[in-house]
Amino acid sequence: MSYIIAENLLKEYGNGNSTVAAISDISFKIDSGEFVGIMGESGAGKSTLLSIMGAMNSPTSGRYMVDDIDVYTLHQEQQADFRREFLGFVFQSFRLISYLTVLENVMLPMTTVKTRRKQKQDRAKQALASVGLNGKIHRLPNQISGGEKERVAIARAIVNEPPVLLADEPTGNLDTKTTHEVMRLLQILNQEGMTIILVTHSAECAEYTQRILNLCDGRLVGENKPEKKPTGQGLKAISEIIAA
Amino acid sequence: MTLKDIAFKNLMRRKGKAAFVLAGLLIGVATVVTIISFVDAMTNDINHKLEKYGANILIVPRTDNLTLTYGGLSLGGVSFEMQEIRQTDLAGIHSIKNARNIAALGPMVLGGIQVKGNRVLLAGVDFKAAGILKPWWKVRGGSPGEQDVLLGAEAARILGLGVGQPITINKHTLNISGVLEPTGSQDDQLVFARLETVQVLLNKEDKVSMVEVAALCTACPIEDMVRQISEVLPAAKVMAIQQVVKGRMETLSQFKKFSYGISGLVVLIGGLVVLVTLMGSVRERTEEIGIFRAIGFRKRHVMRIVFLEVGIVSSLAGVFGYFIGIGCAYVGLRLFSESPAPVIPIDIEMACGAVLLAIVVGLISSAYPAFMASRLDPNEALRSL
Repeated sequence: MSYIIAENLLKEYGNGNSTVAAISDISFKIDSGEFVGIMGESGAGKSTLLSIMGAMNSPTSGRYMVDDIDVYTLHQEQQADFRREFLGFVFQSFRLISYLTVLENVMLPMTTVKTRRKQKQDRAKQALASVGLNGKIHRLPNQISGGEKERVAIARAIVNEPPVLLADEPTGNLDTKTTHEVMRLLQILNQEGMTIILVTHSAECAEYTQRILNLCDGRLVGENKPEKKPTGQGLKAISEIIAA
Repeated sequence: MTLKDIAFKNLMRRKGKAAFVLAGLLIGVATVVTIISFVDAMTNDINHKLEKYGANILIVPRTDNLTLTYGGLSLGGVSFEMQEIRQTDLAGIHSIKNARNIAALGPMVLGGIQVKGNRVLLAGVDFKAAGILKPWWKVRGGSPGEQDVLLGAEAARILGLGVGQPITINKHTLNISGVLEPTGSQDDQLVFARLETVQVLLNKEDKVSMVEVAALCTACPIEDMVRQISEVLPAAKVMAIQQVVKGRMETLSQFKKFSYGISGLVVLIGGLVVLVTLMGSVRERTEEIGIFRAIGFRKRHVMRIVFLEVGIVSSLAGVFGYFIGIGCAYVGLRLFSESPAPVIPIDIEMACGAVLLAIVVGLISSAYPAFMASRLDPNEALRSL
């Protein structure tokens, strides 16, 4: 039984004659623990598909299920709970809250969870440690580098230990070296059991995935496996690499 | 990390915006406190002044006849007898519930006398009480002793008598100690003497024709006092001089209404400042709210952040607004009141009211922006940037 199932997803914008389909007739299945890439040119519908998968954008028609939950039959507030419990987001351009410290940004998804502050802090610190950011937890986002911001964003996405991580062009603003560090980090998370869906137009990044869904003009035009697949070396190893 | 932390940190980051909201509410609250304190102090001041302008309760003997006089004109031929009030019964007035509100009690005994061939009305009064009941009296000469009289201005003119001259009343010769300056009232026609003296002259010992009462009625309805006096003097007719009482109350009521209207307007403007500022703030925070929603904040969590921010600012505005308002009222009283050292006590009830007002206005004004913030579609919010 697949963990994520998309059936005939259609998303149209506008109304009447001016209706434009951002994506149409998209169906796929993703198993638990998979690392799937979604590739396509600009305007192919990648971000629309990811927002639908993120329970933030209701499709015009079709069905989207995660862990047997028909996501768009849920009430809006239940969708918010679903996002908190099931999904981790890594947005384009980090999207950190500028007036909160690194630690507070990572604690943010736990804000509405009834847990002791100390426990939340410990979990956030643990998530930051797992992405190799131990020493800068009290800094503000504008006091750290782009690569570090990306790692904070990843730490924030994984702090609640969601089963699925959605990453929208997470390396778009990073240099090559940092891009690879971030991608290896995602790979490690995947190896630890997290299902990861990565939207990218970079072939280099796609190499880290296990399967690629190709989008063109809002349609799923094919599926392939990346040519080479770098192997992860465990969480400890990647932390050491980043620290170095 | 809690919603409170987010609210507080956002306030610290946007100090300018927070200060603007604070200023809007603070001005509103301070204005309300200023006006209420000022109006209360002025009301007390005016009340005390008005109380100097004579009696507001009249006690007369009960009668079943109708008087046929109007505006000083009397339709002759109708006479009526009435039982006068016993002076000893008046002691009961000092035992009524609102006895402490009685500023002065002025018994008066009246009787017609013959002086130099003219019919004159002789009035026996308590001159100590008259000082409070008739503050407009100005006496040329001195206050009457036991064997003296005081003439009204018209009575002195018609009788051709002046200060220091003797006057014979019912075969008793008395001395004219003073003459009243014209008052424009019935007092100008009268001859006044001490109550006890007149009671002897008219053979009306222990009797009074009427009693004037000056009641301090800031804290009590005048009708209550009328009822209480009626209970202790069942044989008398007690009535409020409605014209005086209502005049006072209407003046104060209009003054209050106007002041509260101005306060309401300022509070409304304060509320609008909060509303406009928060709408701008919500627009600026579209991305942030989008992130909150995307990572699982419910609508009510977003609303709570906005309400918490406004609640913190409103509480501060309430506290500071109260003290600023008290300060402004003090300055206003120094400028407009004749009292040399006005005192405005710290009123805990009003202080709590000020804080509550600020919070209520703040929360009501922020309800729409908070609602708008909570309705932001996370996808739209994140895509719009």
